[in-house]
Amino acid sequence: MTLTKQDIGRLLAKQGILIAFAVFMIGFALANQRFIAIDNIAGVIRSSAILGVMALGVTFVVIGGNLDLSVGSMMSFSTIVVLDLHDKIGPTLAIPAMFGLTLLLGAFIGFLVGYLKLNSLIVTLGMLSAIHGLTLTWSGGKNMDIADKSGTWFSFFGQDRIFGIPMPILIFALLAVLLSLLLARTPFGRKVYAVGGNGQAATFSGIPRARIVFFTYLISAFCVAMAGLLQASRSLGSQNTVGQGMELEVLAAVILGGASLLGGAGTVFKTVVGVLILGFIQNGLLLVGLDFYVQYIVTWAIIILAVWLDVAAKRGRLWSPIA
Amino acid sequence: MTTDNRKEILKRGAIWAFILVELAFFSIIGDRLSVSDKAFMDYANMLLLLKQSAPIGIIALGMTIIMINGNIDLSVGATFALAAIVLLDSMTWPFMQALGDWAIPLAWVFALLTGATLGAINGLIVWKTGVDAFIVTLGSMLGFRGLVFMFNGEQPTSHLNWTLVDFAEGHFLGLHTPTWFLLCAALVLWLLMTRTVHGRNAYAIGNNREAAVNAGIRVGPHMLLNFILIGFLAALSAVVFYSESGSVNPNDGMLFELWAITAVVLGGTKLAGGYGSIISTLGGVIAIQLLRKGLGHIGADTQTVNLVIGLILIAVLILDRQLNRKGQGELKI
Repeated sequence: MTLTKQDIGRLLAKQGILIAFAVFMIGFALANQRFIAIDNIAGVIRSSAILGVMALGVTFVVIGGNLDLSVGSMMSFSTIVVLDLHDKIGPTLAIPAMFGLTLLLGAFIGFLVGYLKLNSLIVTLGMLSAIHGLTLTWSGGKNMDIADKSGTWFSFFGQDRIFGIPMPILIFALLAVLLSLLLARTPFGRKVYAVGGNGQAATFSGIPRARIVFFTYLISAFCVAMAGLLQASRSLGSQNTVGQGMELEVLAAVILGGASLLGGAGTVFKTVVGVLILGFIQNGLLLVGLDFYVQYIVTWAIIILAVWLDVAAKRGRLWSPIA
Repeated sequence: MTTDNRKEILKRGAIWAFILVELAFFSIIGDRLSVSDKAFMDYANMLLLLKQSAPIGIIALGMTIIMINGNIDLSVGATFALAAIVLLDSMTWPFMQALGDWAIPLAWVFALLTGATLGAINGLIVWKTGVDAFIVTLGSMLGFRGLVFMFNGEQPTSHLNWTLVDFAEGHFLGLHTPTWFLLCAALVLWLLMTRTVHGRNAYAIGNNREAAVNAGIRVGPHMLLNFILIGFLAALSAVVFYSESGSVNPNDGMLFELWAITAVVLGGTKLAGGYGSIISTLGGVIAIQLLRKGLGHIGADTQTVNLVIGLILIAVLILDRQLNRKGQGELKI
């Protein structure tokens, strides 16, 4: 069997992201031995976990053909709320209360985008601003801290280990497996792909488009609440702007993983790869001794190259046909 | 008058009606609740409002033409910051200092060229690779920010030139200097979009790209020009703002893209392209600034402003959908 140019193109398009990942890992490992040390790898995954958990939820929204720009602002909200309630009603009640409130916000967005069919970009842009206002109102603009930092079991989620594995990694992995099964192995998952791929066709074949979109935002909100819990538990105190700007980083990870902004394509596994690539590149560049801002420039190049390869393979030619 | 005509007037007038409602609300209710004894509709206050609208306003003008063309630009905040750094940093270069006050116009040129170049990079990538503008500019938002940090790390870049500050804080025919920049930029862009071939073609491309291609319009160069323009305008906004303040933090300009998009959408421009106007965007910018100032006037905190603007944006979307009930002109990405 001989490989033609087209075969190589197709292979690059399908597994390009994994190939790029492998190349990067090998390159960094050759440049610095410490890069592949177990504790370094664990450190990277651990610090990517919060972004990763959010990215898992946004994957559902994006596959369903929508965007979610409100996750960063919503994460600040859940972090602040759970920290505030921790001292008022105790951690056992604070956690479910925070999840409830965050899910309520998710349901509101899901209602607007799903049932009212409003443009998701603008709705979540508006919610970004509105939830930020809500967070500031809740906290009065002040930083939120747990009064008794050493005497609470609340740090369990962000700081403890089970069988030597840090909890954030465990939660991230568990959630990734569960959501991956939900997306790939259930009728609901198939419907998410159908709605994102061709909303009209999905409606005609009897799939309740509105309800599916609604649920993708609920899943996203659930993941955000989990990320807020991890963040709050790790630091036991927080600013009001802790998640600011994360919505775009999350989106970058999801797109890097190969989910199409038009909907209908992407997997949870690939998003995890996207998150890890961002994390390892950041870490690798620092270990080789480059300044932290180099990662921004490298990420820029990677995002555009990844998506470019993808669209180039789909249309069968490298340069765009735009005159 | 046909129904379509009436609808069109209703849509175009909506943002101005909203501004009138705001003015009435804050003057009547506001003056009763107000913490200060100054009237809201104070002349000086209104002039200040226009001045404060300028930085976001100039960027929003650029965002309007990008969105009419059917694209979006998320990198304007980073472009803004980089142009600001070039503006202030270039004035400290040895040969520039030798020029005395002549360094000012040159520094402006450097900053504006930086913006235009960054815009051109975005435009070329969108044109040549065919990757969606949303993704391209999402990437360059990070990349340009990286370039910003290259200058001074996390340290602020500062340079005060008093001649420049005097100019930027000055008045001219009753209006603040920044206001003049905003108005002139609006006038030029309005002429560009309504009186030139480029403007007509930009609308056509945004409305129906395939039809535009079939009509023989070359899509790429028009998109490129629009990206160069928005880069230039983001830099102009930086020039206007930092001539006065003289110090830039590497994180400045973050979330500007979102504020600009909010103003443009409030003005009625469609994300899907092909519909929108420069003048309405000006209305959107003023409406947001009025809301900020007005809520401040009645003693509300900044957090309420965020909440209210977010909810208004969503309300506008719902209203807009009611107006377009028949499925025509439905928004899409």
